[in-house]
Amino acid sequence: MTAQRPTLAVFKLASCDGCQLTILDCERELLAIAERIEIAYFLEARTRTLEGPYDIGLVEGSITTEHDAERIRQIRSRCKTLITIGACATAGGIQSLRNWADVDEFVRQVYASPQYIQTLATSTPVSDHVPVDFELRGCPIDKKQLLMLIVDLLAGKQPRIPRYSVCIECKLRHTVCVAVARGVACLGPVTQAGCDAICPAYARECFGCHGPKESANPLSLAEHYRERHHDPRPLVHLLSNFNAAAPEFRQTAARLQSAPSGPAQGAN
Amino acid sequence: MSTPGIGTWLKLEKPKLQQLIDALRDSGYRVVGPQVQDEAIVLSDLGSVEQLPIGMIDEQDGGYYRLRADEEAGWFDFVVGPQSLKPFVLPPRETLLSLQNTGTGWQVRTCHKTPSREQHIRASEAEGQVLLQASKTPEVDEPPVAVLGVRGCDLNALAIMDRVFLGGPYVDPRYQRRRESLFLVGVHCRRAAPTCFCHSLHSGPALPAGFDLGLSELDECFLVEVGSQAGARIAEQLDGEPPGHREIARARAATRALEQRMKARKSATRSIDQGRWLDTHNIRQRLLGNLEDPRWDEVAERCLACANCTMVCPTCFCTTVEEVADLSGENVQRQRRWESCFTWEHSYTAAGPVHPDTKSRYRQWLTHKLASWIDQFDTSGCVGCGRCITWCPVGIDLTEEAAAIGKESTHV
Repeated sequence: MTAQRPTLAVFKLASCDGCQLTILDCERELLAIAERIEIAYFLEARTRTLEGPYDIGLVEGSITTEHDAERIRQIRSRCKTLITIGACATAGGIQSLRNWADVDEFVRQVYASPQYIQTLATSTPVSDHVPVDFELRGCPIDKKQLLMLIVDLLAGKQPRIPRYSVCIECKLRHTVCVAVARGVACLGPVTQAGCDAICPAYARECFGCHGPKESANPLSLAEHYRERHHDPRPLVHLLSNFNAAAPEFRQTAARLQSAPSGPAQGAN
Repeated sequence: MSTPGIGTWLKLEKPKLQQLIDALRDSGYRVVGPQVQDEAIVLSDLGSVEQLPIGMIDEQDGGYYRLRADEEAGWFDFVVGPQSLKPFVLPPRETLLSLQNTGTGWQVRTCHKTPSREQHIRASEAEGQVLLQASKTPEVDEPPVAVLGVRGCDLNALAIMDRVFLGGPYVDPRYQRRRESLFLVGVHCRRAAPTCFCHSLHSGPALPAGFDLGLSELDECFLVEVGSQAGARIAEQLDGEPPGHREIARARAATRALEQRMKARKSATRSIDQGRWLDTHNIRQRLLGNLEDPRWDEVAERCLACANCTMVCPTCFCTTVEEVADLSGENVQRQRRWESCFTWEHSYTAAGPVHPDTKSRYRQWLTHKLASWIDQFDTSGCVGCGRCITWCPVGIDLTEEAAAIGKESTHV
């Protein structure tokens, strides 16, 4: 059994380590995971590393440097199944806000010695660089989804990660809709489930950390929001977040920023 | 006091509604009723009449729900909240079956009380026959539920669900067990929200048959009508007196007046104050005969395919079943949860989803709900509760869409 355990490698690119910490957060399940899987390369968890190739590679983080753009190609070539974990790896992360701004200006604002910083003008998802076998969304990823993914991979099944909206998870747990009953801007209807709708359960809006759902229609939501609330800024902020560079979110945020703030603007 | 017969009435001072809650609880029911939670009126565990949203009304419109106190409002002058009776007969998630690998076979535990057919099943696997052993004790033993404040639309929705889950040769045992133990205290509506259109489908605002006890609210008291033997057994524990004919007439007149006001909407121009109306005339042919109407494309531009309409609908019954294993692979659960025709997963097959885009999903939902449901179950799937309108995040209006389909067509 031990000899046949599939090997797992965990890699980090430009990211905050939160998704890797979610793996370590599987405290009660870690031993069971280690029984089924050989953890071959996971620098955040152990110094011992085994040579590849690996059966399963998990990648956290986005591509923001030439060095990482080359590294991801090497990682891809050493992993049979490559899975991106988290908003950075799947959509470019919060750092993708640079994509439509001046990155040199950001560097000058943030670093005392900007001359030492070498960075690309954009933050891009792993799938822009190499083929990806599966994406696990979230900022950070959800522990239960990660375990489901591992169970399904071990069973040789297609992962049962739903692509539907956060709204379904709200309704399954009887959370009253914060958008309809409180009138707050909420990205739940356009965001992929997986978090068990935790934010609305605490009476706050979904800020889209799992990225666009399948068949997402944020343009319609924005249109409705502008008609009802006049001020598009809260929705722009929500869309320009951890999944800012996800095409569906970016397109709508850009349109909201360029358009006047709604037909009812003159009324108030 | 002798047991009141079915069809008899009882007059009860308003605070004595507490006796009803107590009698139900003492009879072993988990009592749930309307109360304010998270800015909405939801159905939740009820111990005292003080938890009821007395004097509150709900303002509802497309994608809009707000509560406010109203001086004129009585105890039940709000209408329906986001929840119907659906969760009490078809829970959002439930475990149907648990399997454990014992080394010599799979130990099976079915999770309901009905005698299990799985006890006799032999499962064939690649290696040969594996005996499935079933334990005799059920894993779930929920107390029976009594719901206070059920409206006509929701009672009619339950009758539709009964046809789906109990009609025909395939009876759902879990639905059946919950349904048979459900105690229903209905309320005749005196007020309608602009999203209500029960009158179009003859499912309200008065209660249909099917309640155990039916409440009519007058300004000074409740009248309680006994609707079943179970209701009679509870009613005999209430400290009420027989009402006069005039009080019964007043109670009936209030709901009838509301129905007349709602029916007047048919000729009125559409506005928030006037409310909705669904034209059911020839609706089956209007929808099924216009599957390529450009309105389907137009509504798909607005629809988020978020599935809220189907989740709050009291008759949307779709579920999916998944096998969920733990890391060892030795413990497996078969779980059922609500599913929606607005998801990609709902129609997924080896060749891809049958309904790949929002247009085909919205069309599937509306044509099933209002048209092909009639072929399937001999009734419309809609009861006019208006939840799909209120809880749609962008306020898409079923009555408006149904009216628009086929409007330009000769198929009408």
